[in-house]
Amino acid sequence: MIDILSKRYLYFAVSLLVIVPGLILLAVGGLPLSIDFTGGSLLEVQFEAGKTPETAELVNLYEDAGIDDAQITSTESGALQIRSSFLTNEVRDSILSAMKEKAGSEVTVIRFDSVGPSIGKQVASRAALAVAVAALAVVIYITAAFRKVPNAFRYGVCAVIAMAHDVAVVFSVVGIGAMFFDWQIDALFLTALLTVIGFSVQDKVVVFDRIRENSGLLRKLDYEKLVNHSIVQTLQRSINTQLMTVEFLLLALALFGGITLQEFSVILLVGLFSGTYSSIFVAAPILVLWENREWTTWFKRKENAA
Amino acid sequence: MIRNLTNRIIIIVLILIFALWIDFSQKVNVINPLSDETLFTHDLAPRLGLDLQGGLQVLLEADVPEGTEIDAAQMEIAREIVQQRTDALGVNENNIQVAGDRRIVGEFPGLEDTESVLEIIQQTGLLEFVDTGDIAPQEGSIIQTDYNAASQSAEGETAYHTIMTGADLESVAVSTDTLGTSYIINFVLTSEGADIFAEHTAANTGKYLTIVLDKQVISSPVINEPIPSGQGSISGSFTYESANAFAIQLRYGSLPIPLKIVETRIIGPTLGADSLNKSLIAGLIGMLIVALFMIIYYRMPGIVAVISILIYASVAFAVFKWFHFTLTLPGIAGFLLSTGAALDANILIFERLKEELRNGRNLTQAVDQGWTRAWSSIRDSNLSTIITSVILFWFGSTFGATIVKGFSVTLALGVLISLFTAIYVTRTLLVTFLKSFKFDNLERWFGI
Repeated sequence: MIDILSKRYLYFAVSLLVIVPGLILLAVGGLPLSIDFTGGSLLEVQFEAGKTPETAELVNLYEDAGIDDAQITSTESGALQIRSSFLTNEVRDSILSAMKEKAGSEVTVIRFDSVGPSIGKQVASRAALAVAVAALAVVIYITAAFRKVPNAFRYGVCAVIAMAHDVAVVFSVVGIGAMFFDWQIDALFLTALLTVIGFSVQDKVVVFDRIRENSGLLRKLDYEKLVNHSIVQTLQRSINTQLMTVEFLLLALALFGGITLQEFSVILLVGLFSGTYSSIFVAAPILVLWENREWTTWFKRKENAA
Repeated sequence: MIRNLTNRIIIIVLILIFALWIDFSQKVNVINPLSDETLFTHDLAPRLGLDLQGGLQVLLEADVPEGTEIDAAQMEIAREIVQQRTDALGVNENNIQVAGDRRIVGEFPGLEDTESVLEIIQQTGLLEFVDTGDIAPQEGSIIQTDYNAASQSAEGETAYHTIMTGADLESVAVSTDTLGTSYIINFVLTSEGADIFAEHTAANTGKYLTIVLDKQVISSPVINEPIPSGQGSISGSFTYESANAFAIQLRYGSLPIPLKIVETRIIGPTLGADSLNKSLIAGLIGMLIVALFMIIYYRMPGIVAVISILIYASVAFAVFKWFHFTLTLPGIAGFLLSTGAALDANILIFERLKEELRNGRNLTQAVDQGWTRAWSSIRDSNLSTIITSVILFWFGSTFGATIVKGFSVTLALGVLISLFTAIYVTRTLLVTFLKSFKFDNLERWFGI
């Protein structure tokens, strides 16, 4: 039987290697919160071919309307995205008609989002609450589902630690995405994040369930061997479910799906992969680490930390 | 071993036929063959979300100081008024919902003239008492009045005279008549209103006094006798509900709570159509690869799983259609993910089945054991997904984030339906296959 658990500190190192760089990027660049959370507006407009005005002219138009924080980027299709603080519908209309006049061209509104500042803050705090409630619900649920196993509470805590790992991986990906592809944290990101949490727990449960079953059958086995045994038994299922089916579906969506879903599918892709990885390489090793109380040896013998 | 295999297969086939019927029809019509009477009809036209067909989404918030208690009934009234006003504009498929305790979300898929909708939502409603002489306009019809006539420019239509507006109403109450058999609406006018009313009713006894809200007729009572005191009642064939609804309209013709727009989203139609086609194609490609993988890797059970997933997809789609779920991009993603969950259940069972076969059990025992042992994993793991879906749904509903809501509903329902297909359909089909054919070569048929 493959010995997966003995290299557990290596897996922790790999996880840190994935998580830390992205989080540093986030710490340096700040959370790329979208207007869903900060309030503000985004206007995406398309001008007739060849009539797109200079960005400086548009910034001036916004300033004339009393909005002095307009930032303009152009999209792949040649449209312009203008981000600014919250626009009321009246201000937007006046800006649009000023644009038409300036450019001498029809202006097509491809997208307009405008979120009041107070609502953005509430969404942000409610989102944090949603994630916290989800984590709590998971600990309670798993502790209840595994109540017949000794130390049921540990399973819940380990699932949540692994879940935090997956959340950190997702944020790391966003940090990198924000740096290179101008990704943003919006309501859709939150949806992806909560889905990752849900599926991450689903995956832990499958591995834990096997430990639960085996601990009844193989009482005499050393705990580490028992967990290792359970991981190996569920390995094929993990690979087939995650890599071969779900990840394929998401990859197809990321590659061929519309631009709107791209960020969403990539985040799910990485997050769900991390969910499977963390069941085997984070949650289960921590269970063993906890059982062995390994932290007592961390500072005594160096070779253990390799 | 399963008993009543034939019954199970019949049930599955019936469910499948019913699901496919819903999947491929625009409308369900059940006609009594004896009398040609329509017994039941249900519209099944699919609804596309804003992200797919473009349109307007607007979030309104009660414009009252933070922390003020807002009566849920008042929010509901405000919602109704917004609904009526936008209906009157002839906007199709609009959907106005109360979101949380202080917000209303309005969605107008496919809407292009966003300005007029945004304008009308914020207006205060106008209740008018109109002299329509001998005519009783039909309830719900739109009539022209001479109140603020400058802004109304319809030609060729009669503009009726407005006697007074809702501003002259002091109070409205519902009670029963003297016999106690039917409901009437009592109203009290302001002193100014009482004077106008006394004069008008004296001169127009026997004529119709039409009550309109935002130019739409809500009722046309006859003036039975002069009302000099400013206190009168409207009688008619009211039920308790309709009398109350009418009283609410009289009382709150203007919005009971001031609303302000806190969020506007406009999505152009081109962006949506492009995304829909691409995502559907992407979904199909993904499913095809997954089906191939299942068949190559799991052999005979793989084929069963693919059939079971197809049944799952048609049932799930039928459920979504029946309950008019709006189709959104994240909804499609949620559906694909729930398909993944459905496959996961199958894979858990098959892996277990293979293990049992390797341990030397015969096929029938292995199938039984596979199910029994895999069930606790499937149940517990799917429950955790449902828990997070519920939290997502709650988050989505308080902020009118319909996209988040749509995703969580499709995911949760998909997972529930997938439990049914994995446990009931896959198992039944697999046992049927095992009974109908001899599988001597385990290596070839089960990939062991």
